[in-house]
Amino acid sequence: MPFIPHTETEIGEMLAAIGAPSIDALFDEIPAALRIKSLAAIPDALSEMEVGRLMQARANQDGRPLNFLGAGAYEHHIPAAVWAIVTRGEFYSAYTPYQAEASQGTLQLLYEYQTMMSSLTGMEVSNASLYDGASALAEACLMAVRAHRKSKSARIVVPSTLNPTYLSVSRAVVEGQNLSFTVLPYEAGKGTLQFSKLEALKGEDLTAVVIQQPNFFGQMEDVDAITDWAHANNALVIAVVNPLSLALFKPPGEWGSKGVDIVVGDGQPLGVPLSSGGPYFGFMTTRMEHVRQMPGRIIGRTVDLDGKQGFTLTLQAREQHIRRSKATSNICTNQGLLVTAATIHMSLLGAAGLESVAATSQRQAAKLVEKLTRIPGVKVVFDGYRFHEAVLQLPVKVSDVLDALAKRNIVGGLDLSKLYPELGNALLVCATEMRTDADLDAYASALAAVLERKP
Amino acid sequence: MSITEPLIFKHSRSGRSAVGQYPQGASAEVPEKFRRRKRAALPEVSELQAVRHFTRLSQLNFSIDTHFYPLGSCTMKYNPRACNAFAMLPEFLGRHPLAPNSVSQGFLSCLYELQEMLKEVTGMKGVSLTPMAGAQGEFAGVAMIRAYHRARNDLERTEIIVPDAAHGTNPATATMCGCTVVEIPSLSNGDIDIDALKAALGPKTAGIMLTNPSTLGVFERRIQEVAKLVHDAGGLLYYDGANLNAILGKVRPGDMGFDVIHMNLHKTFSTPHGGGGPGSGAVGVGQRLLPFLPIPTVGKEGDNYRWLDEKDVPQTIGRLSAFMGNAGVLLRAYVYMRMLGREGMHRVAEFSALNANYLLARLKKAGFDAAYPERRASHEFIITMKRQAKELGVNAMDFAKRLLDYGFHAPTTYFPLLVPECLLIEPTETEAKEELDAFVDALIAIQAEAEQDAAKVKGAPYTLPVRRLDDVRAAKQLDLTYGMRNTE
Repeated sequence: MPFIPHTETEIGEMLAAIGAPSIDALFDEIPAALRIKSLAAIPDALSEMEVGRLMQARANQDGRPLNFLGAGAYEHHIPAAVWAIVTRGEFYSAYTPYQAEASQGTLQLLYEYQTMMSSLTGMEVSNASLYDGASALAEACLMAVRAHRKSKSARIVVPSTLNPTYLSVSRAVVEGQNLSFTVLPYEAGKGTLQFSKLEALKGEDLTAVVIQQPNFFGQMEDVDAITDWAHANNALVIAVVNPLSLALFKPPGEWGSKGVDIVVGDGQPLGVPLSSGGPYFGFMTTRMEHVRQMPGRIIGRTVDLDGKQGFTLTLQAREQHIRRSKATSNICTNQGLLVTAATIHMSLLGAAGLESVAATSQRQAAKLVEKLTRIPGVKVVFDGYRFHEAVLQLPVKVSDVLDALAKRNIVGGLDLSKLYPELGNALLVCATEMRTDADLDAYASALAAVLERKP
Repeated sequence: MSITEPLIFKHSRSGRSAVGQYPQGASAEVPEKFRRRKRAALPEVSELQAVRHFTRLSQLNFSIDTHFYPLGSCTMKYNPRACNAFAMLPEFLGRHPLAPNSVSQGFLSCLYELQEMLKEVTGMKGVSLTPMAGAQGEFAGVAMIRAYHRARNDLERTEIIVPDAAHGTNPATATMCGCTVVEIPSLSNGDIDIDALKAALGPKTAGIMLTNPSTLGVFERRIQEVAKLVHDAGGLLYYDGANLNAILGKVRPGDMGFDVIHMNLHKTFSTPHGGGGPGSGAVGVGQRLLPFLPIPTVGKEGDNYRWLDEKDVPQTIGRLSAFMGNAGVLLRAYVYMRMLGREGMHRVAEFSALNANYLLARLKKAGFDAAYPERRASHEFIITMKRQAKELGVNAMDFAKRLLDYGFHAPTTYFPLLVPECLLIEPTETEAKEELDAFVDALIAIQAEAEQDAAKVKGAPYTLPVRRLDDVRAAKQLDLTYGMRNTE
């Protein structure tokens, strides 16, 4: 029997010890009318060899197309050591470190992670992860409402340059809690927040202003001005950032004259494969003054009975298993294994390595834009400084182009025409350090061919 | 015993790094206003130093792969390695979540079939795989209940009934969904107090959240009556799937009358717990809640699979993740279910119940006090150390900590809250009889120690990397990052 070790003899001995005539008798408290006989729609069991063939066949169907899509999930090189260690059984098959003495490995790693993430974002404290970047923003909005006691509006201002899915998820998660979102437009031609629209809110009760940097279009927002404006108008600031970009860019803790209040984002670029969208992890860092409003697990360093250093879950009075209906969030299980990957990844690359990855990505993305815009009819939509993504305008319908590129084994980017209809035939493209110059040329010639309707 | 590994920052030397791991030669020209002035304080170590450090840290953990881990309500069963290997095929790992459907048919087909299999084992009409953990699945479930009442313009229904034995996530979820929590007691035999339920039901009832078998380790025998009462009062029934392992292939939540269920794929379907996640909290619904399922889900048209979104499910409660939940976890659950097959599903409940009841029988015989001695155990059960605490001054936590010295992860302690000095023990179906026997022997030995030398048990553990930690100091003198305090 797969994964079940019992021999016939043992089954007999165990039933005798229980005093039950059969295994079936162990279910005699379940009303007979409810018992089921069979699960007809479940297929027969496969051996490991058979299921391996099946999965490889399914994987082959999808193949390994050349990827130029980002939009919140980025393809980066992950050192071989990262997942070799992550999948060690001692990390892979442990659980939430409730028994601290038997979980010092996980706990110390999480403490190291909290240190690295706080430093990377320029903040004082970090939790031990949330589900993903989108749900982390939802939690940050709820946290801002708790932390900003003077604001009564529970009103959150977001730019339309925020990843649209992050806003959808935030709306879905806070739906029962009377928060409202005010979405501000972007500047045509620049692709960054229209500052005058923010200024028009002067004097209103705003709980928080959200800023994504770089924004969904890959453009850089004037984060210093927005942060200072928000603080001057008694609103908290929530930053949404790509953690890799922080190797190059000013951390949110240094935005404006006093830094932001809460930082969230998706940790995926730090050692987590694209993996069809997950599992990734959401991170959250904040100022010490807000730590008791932060959701999720937090690890603290302390000492044991002999005075020796050790690590443990702390500030648990915020959490659902203690506070139940009054908890800061219902989150229990987080994304521990992915945090393990990110911690090892950051340790291997260090700040210098992350900086090099970010700089190479930016360089390759700039080259990509340069090559693609040489094709007649392809234009850059927004001016200004960018990280590793850009919005391009195509002369024809984007979805048709992407379909044609997929046939040439290229995932060409994200069609923005539904999310931002005012942009027309707009395509969001990305390149990272993974894309060689030859890859960029391959994309350029494929796109040229598709636009010329060559077979 | 003194096993320690210094913080990674202690291995750090300025200018050192694993240079073979990243591209060389690029430098960015960042305008002054955007530029980072000082590098982040990440470690500067060689590849070997990093590998050795994290390998050593791993060795400080208990895990399923190294220790019996009978953590009640968490279903710490063996995570087959094949599930991991096949979910990590390069094509799946490299697939961008927003890649066109034309280059995603293999992945989508796995998810579609997983949805279908989960419908079958739960008796539900529709499944969404997107929630990223049990608590997010709970959120989705209660949000759907709210959306259902609202769509019928039944706006007063904002109360969620929760038994006192419920997981903390249940009341926390209800609050997050804007509902108020009405708690009802359990009877001394572990069943729900039907009279209290009747008193709690009314025109404000949105629904009830139940775990069955409950966290008390017993099956709720009057579930059909409970379902009828709740439905007659206009409420819906939410099934917390934390304990689905106990009944897989034996009885289905849909047949019991539940309208919505979340499943912890990291429990029942054996995806890894990862030191605290990733989980996966797929939700299943009956007919009434189908229009509200969170998106995206996977649909099939002819031989083609495609994502279903707002256009297909206009009344959806929305998206709960940036892409498609914990996709790689879903692949692992899919592989697991295909390897178990139809007969394997039944065996999950059968052998988890056999192991739990055997362990309970042996512990009772050894003189330990079962919380519900007259009841069958489900896949888990509770023993209470109330007597030992009173007579010997040795409590459930002391037994738990001493078990660590004997090489066993402790059971869940002090949960559920209504049984004093409790240990909630869940052996799972993948443990062999000799492991269970050794666990019983350990508890018997600890009982003897407690009778002869209580202080010895109260001082445990002795053989782990650290002894009992000062949790009060951890919370009072917060030290949450290296460098926060002037300690080494």
